[in-house]
Amino acid sequence: MSKMPSSPPEGGQELGADTMDLLRFATIGSVDDGKSTLIGRLLFDTLQLFDDQVDAISTASERRGLGEVDLSFVTDGLRAEREQGITIDVAYRYAATPHRKFVIADCPGHLQYTRNMATGASTADLALVLVDATAGLREQTRRHICIAALLGVDQLVVCANKMDLMDWDKSAYQGIVDEMGSLAHTLGVSSCTVIPISALNGDNVVERSDAAPWYDGPTVLDALESAQVGGWASQHGLRQGNGGRLPVQWVLRQPGGGRSYAGMVNGGPFRTGDPVIVLPQGQYTTVRAIETADGPLPRAEVGLSISMKLADEIDISRGDLISSLEEPPTVTDNFEATVCWFHERPLVAGDRMKLKHTTRVTPVVVESIEGTFDVNELTMQAASELKENDIGVVRLRTATPLALDSYQTDRITGSFVLIDELTIATVAAGMAGRPTLHH
Amino acid sequence: MDSTATLGSADSRSVSSAAPRRAGQPDASVTALVRPFGHPLGHLDLLESLAIFIIREVAAESERPVLLFSGGKDSAVLLHLAAKAFKPGKIPFPVLHVDTGHNFPEVLAYRDAQVEAEGARLIVAKVQDSIDRGRVADPGPVASRNRLQTTTLLDAIREHRFDAAFGGARRDEDKARAKERVLSFRDSFGQWDPKRQRPELWQLYQGSVRPGEHLRAFPLSDFTELDVWQYIRRERIALPSIYYAHSRPVVERDGMLLAVSEWVSPEGSEVTEEAIVRYRTVGDATLTGAVRSEAATVEDIIREVSASRISERGATRGDDRFSETSMEDRKREGYF
Repeated sequence: MSKMPSSPPEGGQELGADTMDLLRFATIGSVDDGKSTLIGRLLFDTLQLFDDQVDAISTASERRGLGEVDLSFVTDGLRAEREQGITIDVAYRYAATPHRKFVIADCPGHLQYTRNMATGASTADLALVLVDATAGLREQTRRHICIAALLGVDQLVVCANKMDLMDWDKSAYQGIVDEMGSLAHTLGVSSCTVIPISALNGDNVVERSDAAPWYDGPTVLDALESAQVGGWASQHGLRQGNGGRLPVQWVLRQPGGGRSYAGMVNGGPFRTGDPVIVLPQGQYTTVRAIETADGPLPRAEVGLSISMKLADEIDISRGDLISSLEEPPTVTDNFEATVCWFHERPLVAGDRMKLKHTTRVTPVVVESIEGTFDVNELTMQAASELKENDIGVVRLRTATPLALDSYQTDRITGSFVLIDELTIATVAAGMAGRPTLHH
Repeated sequence: MDSTATLGSADSRSVSSAAPRRAGQPDASVTALVRPFGHPLGHLDLLESLAIFIIREVAAESERPVLLFSGGKDSAVLLHLAAKAFKPGKIPFPVLHVDTGHNFPEVLAYRDAQVEAEGARLIVAKVQDSIDRGRVADPGPVASRNRLQTTTLLDAIREHRFDAAFGGARRDEDKARAKERVLSFRDSFGQWDPKRQRPELWQLYQGSVRPGEHLRAFPLSDFTELDVWQYIRRERIALPSIYYAHSRPVVERDGMLLAVSEWVSPEGSEVTEEAIVRYRTVGDATLTGAVRSEAATVEDIIREVSASRISERGATRGDDRFSETSMEDRKREGYF
């Protein structure tokens, strides 16, 4: 690539700046509990909206005969969403305060759009849960919390919304605190903060409200600014162990002969000279070099796209996985997994589909349905099928063995999607292993 | 576990920052690069790495991919990333420019130089050819050809049997784009159906299509305008000169500054003025407005973008002003 004619300074101090971090969060909860309004309020009150965007939502609100500006229009940008006042699909928004950058996934609440909520939550560090305080925790809210927890989101900021309609009654708030406490404990969520708010009026969103003098906890923004960040972990896989993994995406042929294997590092790091094993073949070799377009590196960190040269000539294709020798993944073609099923047609034993795991797509058959997850009782129930939006445990058998980790130790090598062969739609999100519950 | 307790990491920072904050202030902390906590890589490293991952994934899973290149800054970044993804090899797919015929000459010269520098094959699909073949009605010599591009683009995709097209669109650009998947499915009519998008979890980009259908792939989805400029600075990516402050004759129309050219001349009470301007986006010359700006370097632009109170497209794009859901309507038809 040709460069700027005059080289600009290399950014000076900014390149080393360590003062900002990145939090990815998703809004979850039932329809009409106020998720999009809260995000609109949060962005409006922190002055993240451009003047022309504020003008546009004011005009759009007026044209629909709404008495005041509808803040949900900040993220509900589709024609059908504004017409019905609902969210259909995830909107991604980007925001920054002096301390932190945020990637916000504003998710839909409708049962029929659960697949879109799962999409938004799958890369989140934190879930901002909206609960309508006038109605309490609905089944759909519990479903969303269960899915988020299974996906590995272990921080919840729960907004007890519409407290203005409850005259800021502390007992309504306390009821949600009690119910959330037990839910979070059973699901193994490590932190859960409940905040009484009015998204519509902005109470306790950015500004502390004096409507609830009995509450002395954080505002929503305080909670978001002080939450644990793990931007890399949620995006690139949380590994409890130290073992590196490189799912091979593409084989790069080197000028003058030889090959390097391109992919994104998960876990790790890998270092030059590390002994590695190529899976599922099970062949041993060592890392000869780690290459990037900017030159070779002595070590490759988690989340980095690289290409790797190996010491020995081995037949390696897209879909294979290069692993460090410590704690390699299990190679298996028959395993248990937790799945969220998204198709109208129920999932039953004997169903045949395609499965995509890391960079490999392989035929798969459902050997058995082990049970469905009851989001109200938080228990597994015997079942012979998974209905649309059910969470369940199944046993799968694949045509090609997979190098699989449990989802709880690795979001990348422990996850997969199922693909319907006829419609080629993505019909399920899968996580290797069973959910862990703490009753 | 105590649900009322605040989060484990709560510290004095969250208290001192309780006042409303203004993102638009050009203070150092806003333009600073982000280094996610506890991670050895910076924010731009992670954005670059994910974009390269997406490009490799789509290139591997599709039969006939193509990269859509307009000569604008986002497509410049996209081309740069595609080159990085396959080094030391060449980009394993061609580059397609949908040419409205209403071009800034600097942009065409830039396009040819960049594509040649990368050793890529350039395909130009011309809106004029679609008009000449009677595929679309001729709106007249000076009218916008923005919407006509869709037909030209879809015809080119069919003619070359492309099954995946990379685009430089970003989610922070527009409220419809904010809703779109990284891999966005198009039916055999080229249409986007925002109500039936595929679930897209983790980094599992599922790119299967059937004959006649295709994907749009947006590796820059998570970049913001500021990220793009910081990345351009870091990678020293060359851009068409019109992105930097220069003097040119303009007329003010509908609150936008349009360059006087063979297609745009003063109407009614409009007067031509010589102004110091630059472009924040590059599109059809009849619809893309300039902004008054003295920003002559990348550094100046990063400061300017950080302080702006007007969004990138809001300031400069007449094509977004046709209606409230202008971008969604065009995307449904198969637009970029």
